[in-house]
Amino acid sequence: MANVPEDLHYSKDHEWVRVEGGEAIIGITDYAQNSLGDVVYVELPKAGDEFVANESFGSVESVKAVSEVFTPVAGAVTQINESLADEPEIVNSDPYGQGWMIRVKMSHPGEVDSLLTAAEYEDFTKAETE
Amino acid sequence: MVDFGGWDMPVQYPAGTIEEHLRTRTHAGLFDVSHMGEIDVRGTDAIDFVNRITSNDVRKLVDGQAQYSTLTTPQGTVIDDLLVYRLAADHLLLVVNASTTDKDWEWIKSNHSGESVELNNVSSDYCQLALQGPDAESILQKLTDVPLAEIKYYHFTPGRVDGIDGIVSRTGYTGEDGFEFYAPAERAEQLWNKILDAGQTGSPTGVLPCGLAARNTLRLEAGMALYGNELDETTTLLEANLGWICKLDKGDFIGREPLARQKQEGVKRKLSGFEVTERGIARDHQDVVVEGRQIGKVTSGSPAPFLKKNIGFAYLPLEYANVGQEIQIDVRGKLVGARVVKVPFYKRPK
Repeated sequence: MANVPEDLHYSKDHEWVRVEGGEAIIGITDYAQNSLGDVVYVELPKAGDEFVANESFGSVESVKAVSEVFTPVAGAVTQINESLADEPEIVNSDPYGQGWMIRVKMSHPGEVDSLLTAAEYEDFTKAETE
Repeated sequence: MVDFGGWDMPVQYPAGTIEEHLRTRTHAGLFDVSHMGEIDVRGTDAIDFVNRITSNDVRKLVDGQAQYSTLTTPQGTVIDDLLVYRLAADHLLLVVNASTTDKDWEWIKSNHSGESVELNNVSSDYCQLALQGPDAESILQKLTDVPLAEIKYYHFTPGRVDGIDGIVSRTGYTGEDGFEFYAPAERAEQLWNKILDAGQTGSPTGVLPCGLAARNTLRLEAGMALYGNELDETTTLLEANLGWICKLDKGDFIGREPLARQKQEGVKRKLSGFEVTERGIARDHQDVVVEGRQIGKVTSGSPAPFLKKNIGFAYLPLEYANVGQEIQIDVRGKLVGARVVKVPFYKRPK
C-alpha cells in the first residue's frame, strides 16, 4: 500500500504540499512514483519562475514515459532541488523527503485548504485503481 | 499491464526496469515472449518458397540452424523482421513479431503459388520463454540434459527442459548470451516458475523476470531494430543497415530488383545511432534538427541503463549520417545536443 503522510496536502495529480512558514514544498506522492517506475530524469523550473495553481512546472521521466508535474498552489519558485539532476532516483526512494522538487512562496497561502487531506487522497487513489 | 500487439503484457515487474536491465547484463533475465508468432512451413519446396519471400539466403542453413531475415515488399521495404529456423530440409519454422503475425500470415499465404508446401499458423500452439544473460546457460542446464555449451549462437536443437519437449535455441533480443525455449503453450507457467526457481530469483544475483520496458532498453542498447520503429513498409533493407541479410546473389526474391538498383545508386538516407550529449532524453518521433532544419525523426529513443547514457536511432540524410556528426533533438520544444555514434551502442564482452 502506498504511503500517504498525514501532515501533507494532496492534489488529484498526485503531488503533495508541505507548508513551512508561508512556503510550499512540493513533490510527487509515493503512489505516483510507484506508478511511474524508475525515474531517470527530472525537469525543474528556475528560482524566480512564477506559476498559477495547477500549472505545469516541469516533468518527471521514467524509462518509458514522460509525465508533467503541476503545482497545486500559485506562487513563485524560491528554490529547486538540485540533487535530482544527478540522482533522479531519489524521487522513487524518498518521494516525501529528499525527493522534494520545488519550494514556492505562495501567492494565496489559504489555497492549501482546498487541497485533499491525506484521507481524501487515499480514497482518491483507491478509486483510481479500481 | 499494457496491450502489446493484442497481448496483455507487463511493462515491468516489482524490481523495476533499470534493475531488470542491469541484472540481465550481469546475471540473467527471464522474458515471456509467447506473444511472438510462429508459421510452420513443410514440404519439398519449403526452402525454395521461403527463399523467394525473404531476403536472407535460406539455402545456407543446415539442420538446427537459424537466421535473421526479413519478409520484403515488392519495393524492397520491410513487412516484418523474423527468424527462419531450419528443422529439416523440408521443414522450416518462421518466428515473427506479435503485432504483425496476422499480416505476415496473410502475406505468406497469398504468395503461395503452386509450390509444394503446407503452411500452418501455429502461433497459438507455442509459448516462448527467453532466458538471457551470462548466467543463462548455467541456469538452464539445471533443467535440461541437452548439452547447452555445444549449441552455437543462432543454432538450436529439439530437447527437453523440465521434462517438456520443445526447441532450445541460442538466440535472443538483448545482446547477451542466452536461450529461447519454444514449448507447448499450456506449459508456459510451469516453465516460467521452474526457471525462476532454478535461477534463484530471490537472490540479489539471481534471475529477474523482465517486462516490456527492459526488453526495449536492452535491444536498443544492443543496437537492434524494432519493427514498427526502425523498420516498416517505407524503409528499405539497405537504408536500415540490413544489407548483410539482403542476399541479392541468391536468386530472385520479392523486392530484389529495387534493392539491387538501390545498391547500385546508393541510399539517400541511413539508419543512424546517436547519443544525447546534453541534459535530456530523446524519445520516439521527436524531430532531429541540424542548423535549424528538421532532417529526420527519432525512431527509437530511450535511456540506456547499462551505458548510463541516453541513446536513440534516426534515419538521417546520407550527408549527416556519419559518426561524429553533431545533431540536435527537439525534446518537447527544447533543442538538446546529440552526436551520431557507431552501432551497436553496447557489445557484450567476449
